[in-house]
Amino acid sequence: MSADAPAILAQALTKKFQSFTAVDHLDLSIAKGEIVGFIGPNGAGKSTTIRMLCGLLRPSEGSAQVAGFDVSSEAEAVREHIGYMSQKFSLYGDLTVRENLRFFGGIYRVARREIDERMKFAISMAGLEGREDRLVRTLAGGWKQRLALGCAILHRPPILFLDEPTSGVEPEARRRFWDLIHEFAADGVTILVSTHYMDEAEYCNRIALIDRGKLIAIGTPSELRAHQLGGELFEVGCAPLGAAMKALSDAPGVVDAAIFGDRLHVVLGAGGLDAADLPGFLGEHGIEVDQVRSVPPSLEDVFVQLVSGSPEERMIP
Amino acid sequence: MFERLSVMLMKEFLELKRDRWAMFRLIVPLIIQMLVFGYAATFTVHHVATSILDLDQSQASRSLISHFVATSRFNVVDVTQNRDDITRDIDQSTATIAIVIHAGFGRTLGNGQSAPLQVIVDGTNSNTALIALGYLSQIVAQFSEDQSSRAANFRADTAVPEIGISLQARPWFNEGLDDRWFFIPGVIGTLTLLQVVSLTAFAIVREREVGTLEQIMVSPIRPVEFILGKTVPFFLIGLGDIALVSAFGIFWFHISFIGNPWIMLLGASLFLLAALGIGLLLSTFSRTQQQAFALNFFFVNPLFILSGFAFPIAAMPKLLQWFTVINPLRYFLVVIRAVFLKGVGFEVLWPDLAAMALLALVMLTVSVLRFRKSLD
Repeated sequence: MSADAPAILAQALTKKFQSFTAVDHLDLSIAKGEIVGFIGPNGAGKSTTIRMLCGLLRPSEGSAQVAGFDVSSEAEAVREHIGYMSQKFSLYGDLTVRENLRFFGGIYRVARREIDERMKFAISMAGLEGREDRLVRTLAGGWKQRLALGCAILHRPPILFLDEPTSGVEPEARRRFWDLIHEFAADGVTILVSTHYMDEAEYCNRIALIDRGKLIAIGTPSELRAHQLGGELFEVGCAPLGAAMKALSDAPGVVDAAIFGDRLHVVLGAGGLDAADLPGFLGEHGIEVDQVRSVPPSLEDVFVQLVSGSPEERMIP
Repeated sequence: MFERLSVMLMKEFLELKRDRWAMFRLIVPLIIQMLVFGYAATFTVHHVATSILDLDQSQASRSLISHFVATSRFNVVDVTQNRDDITRDIDQSTATIAIVIHAGFGRTLGNGQSAPLQVIVDGTNSNTALIALGYLSQIVAQFSEDQSSRAANFRADTAVPEIGISLQARPWFNEGLDDRWFFIPGVIGTLTLLQVVSLTAFAIVREREVGTLEQIMVSPIRPVEFILGKTVPFFLIGLGDIALVSAFGIFWFHISFIGNPWIMLLGASLFLLAALGIGLLLSTFSRTQQQAFALNFFFVNPLFILSGFAFPIAAMPKLLQWFTVINPLRYFLVVIRAVFLKGVGFEVLWPDLAAMALLALVMLTVSVLRFRKSLD
């Protein structure tokens, strides 16, 4: 693999389960040392894509290379070069921390002279010093998660696939986990990490937004914020929210309107309503407006705007 | 290869060690089932409830009745002179057998002629009925022998030497014709098959369900390394099962073991490999433990019924006889009965041993090939 060849390359990668298309002609190119966040709602096809890239599922169409090896025809070579953390916690609960590490070290054939040092590294990385002989099922979520990462990196893989590694882990542990991911990236490890936490997307070098099996946008967080919205974003405090969203959806100049918490986020394009017109326009529909203010768009705004579909489906967890 | 296999084995044994109930689950049901089979699985019939309708009331009829009272095979529940009582006894299952001694029975015998004796049997349980009829004819034969020798004594001076053939049966290998000697070796094979197939099928499906299988599949481990790691422990457990249950049969039920233990070990090993193959094959067709349970239920019972454990294979329809050819239990039962009771060796048993080896080879190969490291 030459230095500038992509670590992960997917071309028209497609997975069909009977009549359902889980991943639909996805193109992706990830450079060495990049952290790419895979963002999308549940069922968007994130896990299926990652499983195809790991050689766990066969692509129905298209192709993918990981570390320069084809995932369909050279799956075993791919496996030598990757670390994988599945969405579901998948270590042995009845084994201790040390026993799990030794098991995965053996499965990956980490050299005998290296294994002790690698285990020590994984234990300190996961903050599990003093808990080496605890049964894994007795550990709290954050520790389990970091231990799973430790097991996945014992053999020093140049590429890491992390499938929703932080789901169900408390915020403090999540932040710590992201620090670790950045440390690996600084050492040149390429990381594809999926999440449905929008705030975590900001930690990535680039973000790939995926919805219903299709890649709908890819770029750095600031690129996405700057270019994808198609207008200026305003936050509107009003009631009732549902009626307001409905009224604005068909109004001239409104690119998008969506509910965010107890407020409305409205994207206004050129040649139609502007921010000053909003209270009056909504008043005509019997809606009371407290406040209209310009806000910088978050990735969540971008995502909601990019995902086509009915407004009810736009709620992102 | 050996490094991965050794960490797989270490993991399996650690999990087994941590599972506090494992030993209990593995051993206690085996012993209990062995005891239940050992005591309950028998074709011997004792204390058959019997009603007797004595319409003759002669010395001969009373003597016949005393023959039935004297044996533990029959339990005379009713001696009556009313025909309706007999019908009632059979209808209400108070009696399984009714014997009708017609009027004139004693007189006819006294004249040196043969007299008819009517027997009514509740045929609902055809097996018990047949066996009881067998005992009954033995007793009647004994009675008629007693009668004729007594008659001969009376006419000692004029006696004509009787010519007859007396059958001297001498059963080989099981001289007491004890059912247990037939069943217990079969129970050993059957219980081991049940345990090993289900343990293997469930162990792999469980890893699939828990998610650890996915983590292993994504590693460069080879299918054969994984499968060996999963099955070697069950092979050892299976050998332990066979040793334990055999020891129980020999020391508790006093079944003779006159064969060569090495032939037994060879047969047991080949049989276990085939059983592991069945379990693995079932696991490759199951995504969830529920599916594994359903498949296990579907396959294991026919394996048991079509093995010759209780029902002779030669009596089965041709189609089912063909199915028994791919049933490892069929061959192992031949081997284990032969080693326990007959003491014959390799020169007789090699076809059965070869059949098990072939079955094991085919099933293990197919399951390794079917176990692709893929989730779809």
